[in-house]
Amino acid sequence: MTPRKRLVGLGAFALASSLVLTACGGGGGGDDTGDGNSTGIVTVGNGEPQNPIIPTMTNETFGSKVTSNVFAGLVYYDAEGVVHNEVAESIESEDNKVWTITLKDGWTFSDGTPVTAQSFVDAWNYGAYAPNAQNLSYFFEPIEGFTDVQFAEDQLDKDGAPKEGEVPASETMSGLEAVSETELQVTLAQPESDFPLRLGYSAFYPLPESFHDDPEAFGEEPIGNGPYVLDTWEHNRLIELRPNDSYAGEREVQNGGVDLVAYTDEDSAYNDLLDGNLDIVTNVPASAFGTFEEELGDRAVNQPAAVIQVINVPEYVEGFQGEAGLLRRQAISMAIDRDQVTETVFSGSRTPATDFTSPVINGWSDDLEGNEVLDYNPEEAKRLWDEAEAIEPWGDEPLYIASNADSDHQSWIDPTCNGIRDTLGIDCEFDAYPTFDEFLDARDNEQIKGLFRGGWQADYPAMSNFLGPIYGTGAGSNDMGYSSEEFDAKLDEAAGESDPDAAIELYKEAQTILFQDLPGIPLWYNNATGGWSEAVDNVVFGWDSDPLLYQVTKSE
Amino acid sequence: MPENRYDKAPRPGQGHFVAAPEDVTVGVVDAVSVDEAPTSMWREAWRDMSHRPLFWISAFMILVVVVISIVPGAFTSLLPRSGCELGSSLLPPSSEHIFGTDRNGCDIYARTLFGARASVLVGVLTTSFVVVLGTTIGAIAGYYGGWTDTILSRITDVFFAVPFVLAAIVILSIVPTRTSLAVALVLASFGWTTIARITRGAVLSVKNNEFVTASKALGMSRAAILWRHVLPNSAAPIIVYSTVALGTFIVAEATLTFLGIGLDPSTVSWGGDLSTGRSSIRTNPDIMFYPAAALAFTVLGFIMMGDVVRDALDPKARKR
Amino acid sequence: MLWYLGRRLLQVIPVFLGATLLLYALVFLRPGDPVAGLGGERGLPEAVQQQIRAQFHLDQPFFVQYLYYLKGIFTFDLGDTFTGRPVAEVVVEALPITFQLALMALAIETIFGIGFGLFAGMRKGKFFDSSVLVLSLLLIALPTFVTGLVLQIVVGVRLDWLPVTAGRDPDFISLLMPAVVLATTSFAQILRLTRTSVIENVTADFVRTARAKGLSRDKVTSRHVLRNSLIPVVTFIGVDLGNLMTGSIVVEGIFNIRGVGGTLFEAIQRGESVTIVTMSTVIVLVYIVANLLVDLLYAVLDPRIRYA
Repeated sequence: MTPRKRLVGLGAFALASSLVLTACGGGGGGDDTGDGNSTGIVTVGNGEPQNPIIPTMTNETFGSKVTSNVFAGLVYYDAEGVVHNEVAESIESEDNKVWTITLKDGWTFSDGTPVTAQSFVDAWNYGAYAPNAQNLSYFFEPIEGFTDVQFAEDQLDKDGAPKEGEVPASETMSGLEAVSETELQVTLAQPESDFPLRLGYSAFYPLPESFHDDPEAFGEEPIGNGPYVLDTWEHNRLIELRPNDSYAGEREVQNGGVDLVAYTDEDSAYNDLLDGNLDIVTNVPASAFGTFEEELGDRAVNQPAAVIQVINVPEYVEGFQGEAGLLRRQAISMAIDRDQVTETVFSGSRTPATDFTSPVINGWSDDLEGNEVLDYNPEEAKRLWDEAEAIEPWGDEPLYIASNADSDHQSWIDPTCNGIRDTLGIDCEFDAYPTFDEFLDARDNEQIKGLFRGGWQADYPAMSNFLGPIYGTGAGSNDMGYSSEEFDAKLDEAAGESDPDAAIELYKEAQTILFQDLPGIPLWYNNATGGWSEAVDNVVFGWDSDPLLYQVTKSE
Repeated sequence: MPENRYDKAPRPGQGHFVAAPEDVTVGVVDAVSVDEAPTSMWREAWRDMSHRPLFWISAFMILVVVVISIVPGAFTSLLPRSGCELGSSLLPPSSEHIFGTDRNGCDIYARTLFGARASVLVGVLTTSFVVVLGTTIGAIAGYYGGWTDTILSRITDVFFAVPFVLAAIVILSIVPTRTSLAVALVLASFGWTTIARITRGAVLSVKNNEFVTASKALGMSRAAILWRHVLPNSAAPIIVYSTVALGTFIVAEATLTFLGIGLDPSTVSWGGDLSTGRSSIRTNPDIMFYPAAALAFTVLGFIMMGDVVRDALDPKARKR
Repeated sequence: MLWYLGRRLLQVIPVFLGATLLLYALVFLRPGDPVAGLGGERGLPEAVQQQIRAQFHLDQPFFVQYLYYLKGIFTFDLGDTFTGRPVAEVVVEALPITFQLALMALAIETIFGIGFGLFAGMRKGKFFDSSVLVLSLLLIALPTFVTGLVLQIVVGVRLDWLPVTAGRDPDFISLLMPAVVLATTSFAQILRLTRTSVIENVTADFVRTARAKGLSRDKVTSRHVLRNSLIPVVTFIGVDLGNLMTGSIVVEGIFNIRGVGGTLFEAIQRGESVTIVTMSTVIVLVYIVANLLVDLLYAVLDPRIRYA
């Protein structure tokens, strides 16, 4: 992975949301939709996918630009992240636990074979089955029988690797059943009200039968049911997507095809855009943050994305326990002038945070109880810090903010530290790790010397995706060691709530608990920054920061 | 055993022309003063240099850089890393900030002064490591030849294989803090092979000279010949290469920082400022001018000094 | 001569073993956990991580990993990268473009470096000499990530003289700008080395004699001064071919060229040992061949140097 790519909240994968970014402007481009002669090939700046094109393997944005256009799931997300049925006719449940999904007729894969309930069942079982080692296997965790397709504790050696010759108890999950060609029944281990919301994510796409004959070959030449087919893949250079004639959904293709051009450097993609060699860039380089909206005019987009940047505070770091620790976390948060940093360092390409989710997520809020801790307030910050000093002195050690240094995090850590130094009167330093995996390793092994940067991009447009995986007790990305029974209980309650609005209120209450404990200090939301050339029209960037490629028009 | 070139007919296409002794005008032969006690090559070089204005100019430039590196605070009341306010980001030069401010609102003049220490240390340390290691290995390989040459040269090849990014990641993770010394070690670990090759080449072309043969005939030991005659006469390319390399090493630190494997982020350096300045390249390219100019000034001082030293070591050039 | 050549070629074997072993050791010492990094912020399921470790033998001791690598070399099956592509394919794909770029850069820096250096040396201390010094200072003081981006914006975007990036099928024209940027790093070295050697040789006895014998200034320059000045320069150029092939990380990034530099850099960041070691070893082979040619050239440039 290149440093460039990490710039935008590494690690995360992308896909959809449910809400409202109309206010943020920049959205549409042009009004001459469907003028009938839009047959040009749209070129889009991208990068080399990091995995074979198999939906349950694709956990990064380069690959997901391919999967989301080559495959169609049960649902899809529109620009605002609102869920629409795609292959599904209906998704219903009485108790949020047993879901009955009926499929539309007439869907086929591009090789002509039909899309049936079995296509989903087999694909999901493949993704969940531990020996297949699929990157996104944990998305099937809520389905009943998931543990049966994993290795049992006694099948693993002391390092956690499966022993020779051992296989899981079952190859299929008991909670999945193809009742008929067009009816799929999914039984979850426990109620999950936002389950339908997740079904547009890459992990839940169907696969044709031919996949199971030779997954490796499929990864090079995938066959899907989406609006495009993958025509050619010149590694490290270009991926050609061409319209899929057999596509039966609503994401109707408005152009002659899409070429995803691989770049390793955002600056070069942007310069190619300026020179007219590229139609769409999806990431504006830092060097152009201050100029791109002027240079591109109404062909620029700068709107909040489903990405939040946080400074996390590990429980094990000295000085951050108990009452004094909480006071310090609050003091640090109030010592950061988010408005000033986002404006000066990022030239407005970040939006100051007001909660733990993102403005593109349904349920986002800027008036949560306790979020005044995110306001810049140097006097109060100093007062809280002094109060903590009275309980337990900090000493002479600098406060460290750790991050990987292979992408440009120094640009904001330096001024943030300057602010902390001036406000709190302590030393503050950037603790730089040369590579991302070294940084992760230090986090996993509790070797971080102070605070550390965390970036999170939503997989699917739901509040739960921003909370459970990061702050839940023992969750995969909870490297802070944070554990709150109250918070966990609130998440469970929200997951079981059938009424979406009531669930949102519960997630807000859960965030109030986070504001009280402050295991992480929200900084800002990344914006989707992009632009397009004069050759294309109707470019809209979705909730997931990716343009909706199928509706872009380009005349030849 | 070197061959006596006077016995050999020139090879076809080989344009060496050797004049018969009687054709050479006596006046152009270097004059030798019999009264004076024999002086060492190094002392003579010093006598020669001290009469050259260029020597004093370059010495003064280097002195300025060294003094600034040691006591940067003597030239400014501001500090490079405190009092930076985002509110005063990217200010144009004024009486308060004579070079203006950078994106973080820090005073560029102070940063340029305080950046000298780390950058000059990286440059000088790396150059020293590279010169000592590279010339030693290169000179021994070139002078002794045979199996010595084979083994040393192949070791050089093996080390050349190491990409410096990998060396940087490994070395920087072993050292407790990323000091100038650590970065110098990184740069030297891959940089010494070049100078070893250059030295070897220079020594190869010098060791067949008449004066080496003569020294041998006079019974000087091989090591003494290498040190007293061969090395000084091979010094030119080494000096030239290392003075320019000094500059490229300082810039290489900028590239390392750019790739996230440079000096500790708390260290102020010209390279670090060049690297962070890159993100302002479309709007405020001028903030990169100052660290680059300081770097160019330093390199110029060393290049001129190198030229003077080289001239002084070259007895033929000295006479004119 | 043939005996010498044969011996030198045989020496490639110990260099190959030494280089691969050293590289493998360094990758092994590299901190972090490559497999943990594959899943990004979210991380991969533990079982998945363990299977990847087993597939790449990362759970084995150092020497076993190294032996697996050697086995891979001798059976012509190096295995896959973390992204699931054959390592051999990735290496073979990246080499030609980098080689072309490096040769172009080498040609540019050699022609301009020697040309300018020759004139500067002949007119030591004159205006041309000084202006060339200023030019080289400028090129030394600016890192390639600055010169590259500035050239790209000015020459590529604003003036529209040359392609902004190398594009899908890089040709001579689209590689010209990256090659120039790449050449700037070593241009100053070649120039200064040539200039100094010229100054030394202009005053050498044989040149004086040749002039005294009535040879024209041009003839003396081309026959005597230049040839005898070339040994340090040629040495540097030989080494630099290797440097140019690995040192193009930044330039390749700016001009979107998928060559050795970028591929190697990504492999190092990811801790992909097989790719790192194979790529670096191939470069070392190029370096060895270049240096062998240089050693042979010594004998042509200076007949007193002989190889037995």
